[in-house]
Amino acid sequence: MNALVVSPIAIPLLTAFLCMMAWRSVALQRALSIAGALALFACSVLLFVRVLDVGVLAADIGGWRAPFGITMVADTLSALMVLLNGVVAVAIVFYSIGAIGPRREKHAYHTLVHCLLASVSGSFLSGDIFNIYVWFEVMLMSSFVLLTLGGERGQLEGALKYVTLNLLSSSLFLSAVGLLYGLVGSLNLADIAIKLGSAGDEARPVIAAIAVLFMASFGIKAAIFPFFFWLPASYHTPAPVISALFGGILTKVGVYAMMRVYTLIFAPVFPAAGEILLWIAAFTMVTGVLGAAAQYEIRRILSFHIVSQIGYMIMGLAIALLVLERMDGAPIEDRPAMLATAAMALGGVAFFILHNILAKTNLFFVAGVVHRLRGTGELKELGGLYKERPYLSLMFMVSAMALAGIPILTGFWGKLILVVAGVRAGEYWIVGVSLGVGVLTLFSMTKIWAEAFWKARPEEAEGTEPKPDDTRGTGWMNAVVAGFVVLIIGVSVLAGPIYRVTERAGHELIERAPYIRAVLDEEYLRSLPGGIGERWIEPRAETAAAGEGR
Amino acid sequence: MMLSLAILALLSVAAPWVCRYAGPARGVVLAAFPLGIGAWFASKIPAAADGEGIVESVAWLPELGLELSFRLDGLSLLFALMVTLIGAGVLLYAGAYMKGHHQIGRFFCYLIGFMTSMLGLVLADNLILLFIFWELTSITSYLLIGFNHDKKESRAGALQALMVTGLGGLAMLAGLVVLAFAAGDLAGVAGGVWNMSELPEGLSGHAHYPWIVALVLAGCLTKSAQFPFHFWLPSAMAAPSPVSAYLHSSTMVKAGVYLIARLHPNLATGTAEGLWEGLLIGFGATTMFVGAYLATRQTLYKRLLAYSTVSSLGVMVMLIGMGHPDAAAAYILAHAMFKGCLFLVAGIVDHEAGEKDVAEIGRLFRAMPATALAAVLAGISMAGVPLAPLAGFVAKEKMIKAGLDAGPLTALLTALIIAAGSFTVFIAIMTGFKPFFGKASREPKKHAHEAPWPMLAAPVILAVLGIVYALVPALFATPVVTAAGEAIKGGPFEAALRLDAFYYYEISLALGLSLLATLIGVGIYFGRGLWVKATSPFAKLDGVVGPAKMYDYAMLGLTKGSWAQTRVLQNGSLQVYIKMTLVAILGMFAWAIWRTGFLPSVGTNFERTGLLEWVLIISIAVSAIVATRLGSRLATVAVLGVIGYAVAVVFALYGGPDAAMTQFAVETLIVVIFVLVVYHLPRFAVYSGLAVRVMDLLLAATFGGVMACLVLAAGSQELFAPISAYFNEAAMPETPDGQSAYGRNLVNIILVDFRSVDTLGELVVLGIAAIGVYTLMKLRDDQEGTPVAEREGDEDQSEEGDA
Repeated sequence: MNALVVSPIAIPLLTAFLCMMAWRSVALQRALSIAGALALFACSVLLFVRVLDVGVLAADIGGWRAPFGITMVADTLSALMVLLNGVVAVAIVFYSIGAIGPRREKHAYHTLVHCLLASVSGSFLSGDIFNIYVWFEVMLMSSFVLLTLGGERGQLEGALKYVTLNLLSSSLFLSAVGLLYGLVGSLNLADIAIKLGSAGDEARPVIAAIAVLFMASFGIKAAIFPFFFWLPASYHTPAPVISALFGGILTKVGVYAMMRVYTLIFAPVFPAAGEILLWIAAFTMVTGVLGAAAQYEIRRILSFHIVSQIGYMIMGLAIALLVLERMDGAPIEDRPAMLATAAMALGGVAFFILHNILAKTNLFFVAGVVHRLRGTGELKELGGLYKERPYLSLMFMVSAMALAGIPILTGFWGKLILVVAGVRAGEYWIVGVSLGVGVLTLFSMTKIWAEAFWKARPEEAEGTEPKPDDTRGTGWMNAVVAGFVVLIIGVSVLAGPIYRVTERAGHELIERAPYIRAVLDEEYLRSLPGGIGERWIEPRAETAAAGEGR
Repeated sequence: MMLSLAILALLSVAAPWVCRYAGPARGVVLAAFPLGIGAWFASKIPAAADGEGIVESVAWLPELGLELSFRLDGLSLLFALMVTLIGAGVLLYAGAYMKGHHQIGRFFCYLIGFMTSMLGLVLADNLILLFIFWELTSITSYLLIGFNHDKKESRAGALQALMVTGLGGLAMLAGLVVLAFAAGDLAGVAGGVWNMSELPEGLSGHAHYPWIVALVLAGCLTKSAQFPFHFWLPSAMAAPSPVSAYLHSSTMVKAGVYLIARLHPNLATGTAEGLWEGLLIGFGATTMFVGAYLATRQTLYKRLLAYSTVSSLGVMVMLIGMGHPDAAAAYILAHAMFKGCLFLVAGIVDHEAGEKDVAEIGRLFRAMPATALAAVLAGISMAGVPLAPLAGFVAKEKMIKAGLDAGPLTALLTALIIAAGSFTVFIAIMTGFKPFFGKASREPKKHAHEAPWPMLAAPVILAVLGIVYALVPALFATPVVTAAGEAIKGGPFEAALRLDAFYYYEISLALGLSLLATLIGVGIYFGRGLWVKATSPFAKLDGVVGPAKMYDYAMLGLTKGSWAQTRVLQNGSLQVYIKMTLVAILGMFAWAIWRTGFLPSVGTNFERTGLLEWVLIISIAVSAIVATRLGSRLATVAVLGVIGYAVAVVFALYGGPDAAMTQFAVETLIVVIFVLVVYHLPRFAVYSGLAVRVMDLLLAATFGGVMACLVLAAGSQELFAPISAYFNEAAMPETPDGQSAYGRNLVNIILVDFRSVDTLGELVVLGIAAIGVYTLMKLRDDQEGTPVAEREGDEDQSEEGDA
């Protein structure tokens, strides 16, 4: 068993437990929390480097060989996602020092955060569909409690919608898992992929229906159209740092899960999914960004933008699926180019997620600083920040421009990759939609900029003396914000090498073989009825190397 | 070239510190850099005139076609010289103009940042790289227009410019990507051709050609403020004067013209009827006329100049479209001189006399003679006064000659050129003559005095250069214009260019028309009161359906529409959210079935269903229906309990005694707890009307039915035997792999060994739930030192123990 693969789950769980043990001492909890986050980050870096080095890693929990036990799998995509989780973890714990306040810290804040981090890692790493469901439950429960932490009326109202719609997602997920198990009798993703791939035509409608159930369930998690209602209803209500944590990472778990099951399992048996996903992507982008245009509170604007940005990710996935669908009938000589296009689209999604986690989390961080300084996020009550706080303005500007896709920042690369992939795939209209949405995103960002930063303080206009800014804890908060800006700029400059990594992730998703080989051993593949496992067995020469990874 | 960009980028970052430590010398210090770079570019004029290009390239993101590739040819050189040399003059000017402003550091940071982007734009050879710089100029322009950020019109103007050029820019990005792949098709490169110097012949024959032209032009025409997108340029005049002179007259607004010129050899069809040429002539000529006309109705100094700039940009686009690259290049250079000069003069008048309205002021000649001299020279040049040996005259002669040589369009284009020319003469008088020699209706607001030398340097030099241009063209004008013109044309000219003013001193139709335009312009000046009155109906029309109004409507529509959409989608009602979710899922099912072509076969084999099962099924169904009809919560909970028990019996019947026992226990507990809690709650209230409830019933029944059918359909096909057979073997000591779970209770072993991670996760869920309950109860009161319930800690411990 490969301990490194499990560490991103085990470390936060252990940290959560230790924080619980240190219930009486906020200082100790804080120290534990920081240490835990740093350890999570370190392990996620090690895991990422190792995956880049040797390829897909798998760990059979309890030593029960796949597909019988539960297997944790780290391929390039999941390792990247776990790495991002680690980055956000470190940022959150340091930001929390300044932002969260002992009131919440005394009430298991750190425990909950680490449970959430564990569940996110678990969802990324798990290679077992039911186990993913379990991590989703952990995620739902810990995020629900974090949402309500503080017990304000608005929080409870938002949390109720959050939990109800997400429970609906859970029950759809569970139904889909049950139906899938009924069909193929397995829960292991790689095993399901092989077995479902051999299904005859008469099973196709049922498979399609199951795929739709997954689409809806993960779609609710990812906040796509028309399932996103819970997100704008709740994300602006909790403490700003919690908004940042959620806004940065939670919806991406849904997107990740969708990418995983659709590329690994459903792409060959339900290729038409790309068509509906393309429409969903368009509506998600447009309704989200229009929702943002109608808002006048910073975190509400940002929340709707999460939805809109998810649309870009779904767009990439849809393009990849459409290309894969067309490949069946395409002439052999065109196929390498089509494969490259699909890999580019999926690599674009991975890059976009990376970009979005950095930019969006940081915008929520900035919103948190503004909220601390002025006690509000309402644009009409804000103003004068550009004059009084030039560095904060710069930080916001960089993050907002990154989100709006202004060159050379991260969002531009993410968008560019998707646009190029879209044009290569011949999906022109969605490219047009995505570009138009980019302008509207810019519109919303300039709205925040013009109102909160450029405009003079409303108190000045009224001639009253403005309240002095509350700067408690903003040192830590600003340090984290600055760190993220450095990261954003770093990723922007290193877009080339990073894109090569995400493109590799895309190739892995499309080829599927590296994943399946890492999870299932040769003996099992040979034992499958009808010889359906044969094509996944690695050619002789390389078996030794792959065996090492297990 | 890359070095020059790097130097400017660093200078931009360092500008705030330079401003802080260099004090009054900041303008000189900052201007020295672009001046030096400009000198370097000037030294390349001979090479460019010989048609040599300088190329520098570094790979950046080759997968996306992006290279840091730069190329200096005649066209780039013309623009690079304008960017750096006018830039140096503007920096010098701004050093004095912005004196004492508390955000002066930021100002120079943005201004030099813009200079870097603009220089990059005109040097870039790669399409994506060009777009990157293109967007950066938009953003720096946004920051500079909104520089006086506490003024509302500054913010609005900045946003307007950003939206219009941003929208065009993104269309252009799409166009450039399509262009690259179309070029790749023609050149046989699957990854697309991304360097402009490598674009193949014959693009106009490609199937995507119309799209490429439309999308690329969308970017160029918005950026270069062509009608009907021109309105952002006058609004951008909220920026400080150096910005207006530099960005919104000399450089940024010409970016669109630049790209049109750059792609002209590749996208032109070679005939005036071609799509490319037709659009350029159409937009250019309209803009030339409309811009000049609109300018005649303005009285604010900078707005007059802004509209006349719109007109000039139209001229440039039109000339390129008409296939007169020499005239276009000559005009671009001349325009940069006279218009840049006049904008700077406008800034001086504002700064030193406190006046913005040319209708009010006059006789400033005595107070500011040097300024007046520059203004008059620039004004004469702009008017293109016949026989005056200035750059504007030469350019105008070439323009009229081009108009007279336009084939079937000759009459129309010549008429438009003469009309626009007359308006331009009027504007030139209003901006170059009236403030200094005209009648003043009142004293200036400030005590007018001459500007300090740094502010005078650039306008005076620009004005004088206008004379040099026309008298000694060989010094710089001819080589630069020739090189640029040949780059636009895509090949050498047949005959040498003549830019000396005397060459045009011959009695000709063009000269006569030019004279006519001048006379009309002077006429309008003297009858300007009448003119304003005569044209006011059109102005009213423009105020109702004009492009600027359309922009306002669009913005209003965006706000209102998005608000309405959000009201519908995000209406705050959880019931509606759930219904929408279910309807959407049903829709997706329907689509999936339609798409896969046939309905799933639902298994209808109920033979094995015995009496007990039927009893259970019926009791579950009946309880479910009853539960929805009861008015009391208590009774509802009890009925739901019946469903739970029935399910537990199902578990027991199908070989899951553990599961059944758990389910019994849980159901009992739930009912007991619910009864305790629910006792305190009010009875159900009915909020929905009958229609809504019927719809809900239908939706619920449909969704339930679909799910039931799905279960039956899936149940009728088992593709593979479940893997659980392995568990039976593996649990016992004698296992296939020699591994064993050492247990006989299979469910237990699955829970704690085979799938222990699931159990761990579920235990964590329970622990968190407990914490949640605790915090919900305690955190609201927020009593300090609340005793900790030991229970939570224990529970958490047990959950971790399983790990």
